[in-house]
Amino acid sequence: MYKLRLKSVSKSFGSTRVINNLSLEVETGEMVCLIGASGSGKSTLLRCINLLEPVDHGEIWLDDFDIAEPALDPDPIRKRIGLVFQSFNLFPHLSVLENITLAPCKVNGKSKKDAQDHAIELLERFGLADKAGTYPDHLSGGQQQRVAIVRTLAMQPELLLLDEITSALDPELVGEVLDVVRTLKAQQMTMVLATHEMAFAREAADRVCFLDHGSVVEIASPDQLFTQPAEARTREFLARLLAER
Amino acid sequence: MPKLNRRQLHDQAIRRRSLVISSASLFAVCAGLVLLVPMAPGWTAVKNSFFNWDVLVKTFPKLLSAFVVDLKIFLWSAPLIFVLSLAIALARNTRRPALFPLRLFGALYTDVLRGVPVILLVYLIGFGIPGLGLPRPYNSPYIWGTVALVLGYSAYVAEVFRAGIESVHASQSAAARSLGLSESATMRYVVLPQAIRRQIPALMNFVIALLKDVALLSFIGPIEILRQANVYKSLMANFTPYVGAAIIFLCVTIPVTRYADYLLARQRRERSV
Repeated sequence: MYKLRLKSVSKSFGSTRVINNLSLEVETGEMVCLIGASGSGKSTLLRCINLLEPVDHGEIWLDDFDIAEPALDPDPIRKRIGLVFQSFNLFPHLSVLENITLAPCKVNGKSKKDAQDHAIELLERFGLADKAGTYPDHLSGGQQQRVAIVRTLAMQPELLLLDEITSALDPELVGEVLDVVRTLKAQQMTMVLATHEMAFAREAADRVCFLDHGSVVEIASPDQLFTQPAEARTREFLARLLAER
Repeated sequence: MPKLNRRQLHDQAIRRRSLVISSASLFAVCAGLVLLVPMAPGWTAVKNSFFNWDVLVKTFPKLLSAFVVDLKIFLWSAPLIFVLSLAIALARNTRRPALFPLRLFGALYTDVLRGVPVILLVYLIGFGIPGLGLPRPYNSPYIWGTVALVLGYSAYVAEVFRAGIESVHASQSAAARSLGLSESATMRYVVLPQAIRRQIPALMNFVIALLKDVALLSFIGPIEILRQANVYKSLMANFTPYVGAAIIFLCVTIPVTRYADYLLARQRRERSV
């Protein structure tokens, strides 16, 4: 069963076409990694799925519902789709606990008590229980990103979009954030993850999708894509990556 | 006492030398003022009409109680300005087509009212509207003077709020919207709290300016401190009550100014971290 289906999606900023006639399916419980050079459209694609950017053409089906329909109110759809940003984007004026409970209280109408109980349960699960009262500026980058993930999980999303969530982190902090993603994968969370961490994509993804100039060049199992890419452009991209190492 | 290293000894010597130089120059300036000003030909006359101790002692209590009127006008104007200017800033920020008239009004309001001196507003509104022949409690200069201050100040303060709103990075709104918060909830819980916090030092400057500008209402009637000083000046043919009024103002504005500077410095420190 598909959780998400993109059909011929296009998106332009001015005269630049960032997403070009892109189609992609993601099964329920599946984790798809998007790889590709900077500017290949990974981030924009995730923002389009979350309806932060309206698409120009094409359809985005969430379950059996085309959410790209322009007349739809995006708010009830967004709360079903979590998005974690490269730069964390925690709310600096709110404590960790308040960051997490804001949306459950104001969007889902949960009582403060229920929202806090759930938030603390999540924080405990990800080893952040002692940070509940702390403000984001006093956390390390890795802790901030883990809190950002927990903030998204508190809305109990059906689909989680992760936008280069380790790119802004010091190398020694990457591991703790990727561990969170591994945990989520073990819990069958449906995820689309844009990443530069090829080793992680290879280890954890169910399928890897190579994007170039806003379209899907190749999508395959990690083993196949990294060892026997079918497309010349995929081979070039991987060869360039290897050369940079 | 710990032994100082070469650098610390050097710094200490420099500090001592600057202390000596600054004290010496301060002393020279003060001595100059004290010795030279009384040598001016009109000094005795000025001293008698501006710095007359007896007049000051006699008028000070009444001036102080008149200042309470200023404080009252300030205290009810400030929250009104806060609310109105926030409403105008939000109106100028709105994108909804149904609210376009509000947005237009917000732009017109700030353009027109920022372009008129507050004293003119006080005259026009303070004399003009009661001139329509309103019945008794509604023709009070307290009401219309307050309205003039609130209208004039809200135009400026609205711009401060608007700048604050625009200074909150778009990624904050994106994060809030991605969690399902509506546009208005995003503004209320995520953008505005950060915007206001950032603009507190700028807002403090308007607090100080408003404190002083309450005295403009003296032109339309309320017996506040400046008018009281005016009355005494005519009565005693002496300007000392003005100096007394200035002292009272300074007793309030200097601490507030210092506090605003402290907030500004603290903010700068926090941002540089």
